Amino acid sequence: MRYVVAKDSREAVALLNTGENARLLAGGTDVLVQMKLGNKAPSLLVDIKAIIGFSDISAENGGFRIGAAVSGAEMGEHAGLKAMWPGVVEAVELIGSTQVQGRATMVGNLCNGSPAADAVPAMLAAGAVARIEGPSGTRDMQVADLLEGPGKTKLGKAELISSVYLPARPERSGDAYLRFIPRTEMDIAVASAGVNLVLDENGCVLEATVALGAVAPTAVMVPNAGAALVGSPLEEQALEACAAACEAACNPIDDKRGTVEFRTKIAGVMATRAAKIAYTRAGGQL
Amino acid sequence: MSKIHITTQVNGDAVEFLCEPDETLLDVLRDRLNLTGAKEGCGTGDCGACSVTLNGRLVASCLVLGAEVAGSEIETVEGVGTADALHPVQQHLLDHAALQCGICTPGIIVAAKALLLQNPNPSEEEVRYWLAGNLCRCTGYDKIIRAVLSAAAEMRGENA
Repeated sequence: MRYVVAKDSREAVALLNTGENARLLAGGTDVLVQMKLGNKAPSLLVDIKAIIGFSDISAENGGFRIGAAVSGAEMGEHAGLKAMWPGVVEAVELIGSTQVQGRATMVGNLCNGSPAADAVPAMLAAGAVARIEGPSGTRDMQVADLLEGPGKTKLGKAELISSVYLPARPERSGDAYLRFIPRTEMDIAVASAGVNLVLDENGCVLEATVALGAVAPTAVMVPNAGAALVGSPLEEQALEACAAACEAACNPIDDKRGTVEFRTKIAGVMATRAAKIAYTRAGGQL
Repeated sequence: MSKIHITTQVNGDAVEFLCEPDETLLDVLRDRLNLTGAKEGCGTGDCGACSVTLNGRLVASCLVLGAEVAGSEIETVEGVGTADALHPVQQHLLDHAALQCGICTPGIIVAAKALLLQNPNPSEEEVRYWLAGNLCRCTGYDKIIRAVLSAAAEMRGENA
């Protein structure tokens, strides 16, 4: 195996395009484990951490752009980002241990393609946009449109995600992410939910985006669950309708960590609890 | 495979080594630099026995490549305290008998020291969350947590 430090994204794309079995290395908390376990045996590892901008969190048009090599710990330490998108940051911070947080990246969590990836439902709810570099140049794509299936994204050949953009927020908005795991820390979501809300002056929900993780081959947006909250001050009836919409959107696997029935039920519970947190963060009074 | 030449800093000393492109920092530390304090428990970033700091950031050295650390500052357990003057975390782990087999201990020491640098007065819950990635199969954790909390108190100048 060769190890190459890419100087810019053009070089990284060119290296991905050589026809070699190339993999990208940012935090390495997935790819190095896959190599160790023998699931991946790249002939070329392209380190993207030295590319200018890839390690930056930068303010842009009222939102934040998060580079592909920014670690979870760095996101958690960024006061401005945490204040604007607390749900996204708390989702990223749930990934792994302190040691993993020191290296793991949000973009890597997305590219790894796990249906249970913690950052992904939060990014979907936030309307996050991925910036993609490839042989034919730069393009932007909704994170929601990138999801393909377990271990897969819709990234094309020799394409990479250089950053993810979290947009500006109106007043009275808030987001939250919750997952269910059988223990307190260091586990993979059995079911999870990201919720992003915008409230009106009276504390009623103006806009609501709900996304679920670990209950389908990819994280999924649930438009009906968001619609169920719109116009409400998050009263019980709206929350019940939201939970029902979430349950209807579930198509989970059945395994030792959670049955189909359990994952389906819990997805709705996580969504309604996350909605309450997002509502409070948006300034609403429950 | 052609080896990669790396110059970096470990425990304040300039070091250089040759490593394979897929060789982990843990293997470099243990097999090339003879720093065997960091242990391989799992090799997949789950157990924390290989914890070191990389540019001040706590990491699992089994999930870092040796090739990645050029120009970095690495601290291992060998850089924490001396035989004559143990770091408070080390002394309190001893005082609390917070180890049995000792495999997890170097990682616990490095991780706990990193915590107390950024948070001199952690709550018990904060210590438990911070050390959640440092698995110990002997102690049941309670003595470790108490040792870290009393080391923190001593470092703040309080009566431990």
